[in-house]
Amino acid sequence: MAFVQNFPFFAIMLYLAGGVICAVLRPKAAKWYCLAVNGAVMLLLLATFFFVAGKGESYVYLMGHFPAPWGNEIRIGTLEALTGAAFAGVMLFSLLGGMEHIFEDCEPEKVNLYFTVICLLMSSLMALVFTNDLFTAYVFVEINTIASCALVMLKYNTGRPLIATARYLTMSLLGSSMFLIGIILLYSVSGHLLMEDIGEAVQTMFADGRYEFPLTVIIGLFSISMAIKSALFPFHAWLPDAHGSATATSSAVLSGLVLKGYIFLLIKIFYRVIGMNVIAAEHITNILFVFGALAMVAGSIRALQERDLKRMLAFSSVAQIGYIFLGIGMDNEAGMVAACIQILAHAFTKPMLFCAAGGFMSVSGGSKKMEDITGAGYRDPLGGAAFTVGALSMIGIPLFAGFVTKLHLTTAAVSLGGFKSVAGIAVIVVSTLLNALYYIPVIGNLYARPKDGRWEGVKARYHWEYAAAMVVFILLNLFYGICSGGFVQAIESGLGMFG
Amino acid sequence: MGPNLFANYYETAAVIIFGIGFTVLMLHPNMIKKVIGFNFMDTGVYLFLAAKGYIAGRTAPILTDGVTSSEAYINPIPAGLVLTGIVVSVSVTAFLLALTIRLYLKYHTLNLDEMARLAAEEEA
Repeated sequence: MAFVQNFPFFAIMLYLAGGVICAVLRPKAAKWYCLAVNGAVMLLLLATFFFVAGKGESYVYLMGHFPAPWGNEIRIGTLEALTGAAFAGVMLFSLLGGMEHIFEDCEPEKVNLYFTVICLLMSSLMALVFTNDLFTAYVFVEINTIASCALVMLKYNTGRPLIATARYLTMSLLGSSMFLIGIILLYSVSGHLLMEDIGEAVQTMFADGRYEFPLTVIIGLFSISMAIKSALFPFHAWLPDAHGSATATSSAVLSGLVLKGYIFLLIKIFYRVIGMNVIAAEHITNILFVFGALAMVAGSIRALQERDLKRMLAFSSVAQIGYIFLGIGMDNEAGMVAACIQILAHAFTKPMLFCAAGGFMSVSGGSKKMEDITGAGYRDPLGGAAFTVGALSMIGIPLFAGFVTKLHLTTAAVSLGGFKSVAGIAVIVVSTLLNALYYIPVIGNLYARPKDGRWEGVKARYHWEYAAAMVVFILLNLFYGICSGGFVQAIESGLGMFG
Repeated sequence: MGPNLFANYYETAAVIIFGIGFTVLMLHPNMIKKVIGFNFMDTGVYLFLAAKGYIAGRTAPILTDGVTSSEAYINPIPAGLVLTGIVVSVSVTAFLLALTIRLYLKYHTLNLDEMARLAAEEEA
């Protein structure tokens, strides 16, 4: 076994250990430690990605060298490695982009706990991406729930985040309980917890026509629980409060990464546990398609009505999650590729928007209301540039990341044929128009002149962290938008290794 | 369907308990009752899991009197899963209670709707 094959395991363990170590360090030291771990994991997983891509097939890593029923397994293909590396990278730059706000928003002597939570969150995300065992996935789903709620809650000086946390936690717990019931039912009909073993059992059951009804219930439970946790449209009520009131990095990470972790797990369950042929026969994808389409329109309409910048971005996340589910719901290879492209595109874009929004807040007296951030693009030129790039990407202008999604999603919709094809394209068009309708006025507002000389002489004082994060996010977005070929190829081959 | 409900009365009871907890967690505005509801809900899930793992007339797989035939024992994995699940729900309960304390210190009420109203007033 090549040494590089250990790296995904190192990634999970580095984060887990980081959680413990950051808890006892001083805030400044914890910050540097957390940043170093994120950077290291990103590099490790990039190395793994190139290793797997060169090898051309996924591999199974046995934890502690015990085989399956006794030990625990993780499985790594190109898609897992790429997603893991992207998550670590986005986390690194979201931390940098919101670093000043972290130190302002948390209790001064407890800032190190913020980094503890970040490390725990990342370890659970990495485990969700890599794990090959359904029950391990459940445990890490719960860790992820607690960590992400703690991220919202750690902003201590106002009450709003606390209330948002209570709502968020309630919904999340419902989701995880349903997920656990799904696992129990699946275990009781298949007798396995390892994903591939369950997959084989489900295939024989499906071929024999046994346990048809339980299988439908199981697929429904998995889909609904992950939909609640990733805020698919009818279950999104908790999201705007939680993402809108947290500190900048928390919002960025929750929107950009946490929601995607659950969707990634759902895709993995669809491919590896249930099997796409069973999913297609159960028509669950049609339901996801409808809800995805509703989310794209309803999320955008709510964003259009919002006068609070961060809540608007949160509703925009609801719409963007809709794109992912629309892709999954298309029930063909191209749609799934588009969904994975969107997972990365949104992870590269939304954190940039939230960090830029944090930058605008600090040059607008801490307010996130539209009328207060007028002209913030002049006071914080770098944030203004980043927000403009992010907004154009969300609308789907060529050269930016969002365009790649829309291109592949539309191509996939065309290849479907029939009513679904027409509906898919119509929804993409309507949603794009709505995106433009609410993002372009914000850009206009950012570069308008404030009334009666308000904010005269206010200018952002750049810290290198914020500046570096903004520049890297802009470049990353353009890189993803222009050189998308390599990413698409990696995703396609990754999905091929998934089953 | 009808006779099955009575034959699998453990599962039926588990689902009813789950439903009660689910409803309280979802709809009750009082934070403490939410915590209780959450514990009800998880208890329902664990009862379901334990019931699924139990076979009448067999015992836990602990060798005491030299019986090695697998026919005499039940599968220990569901019990292990229940234990793991309990650990998870204990930590979530602790987190929920900590959150409740923070909310109470801030708003002097346990009612979530009341808190939302106070927060809106505070911001206005």
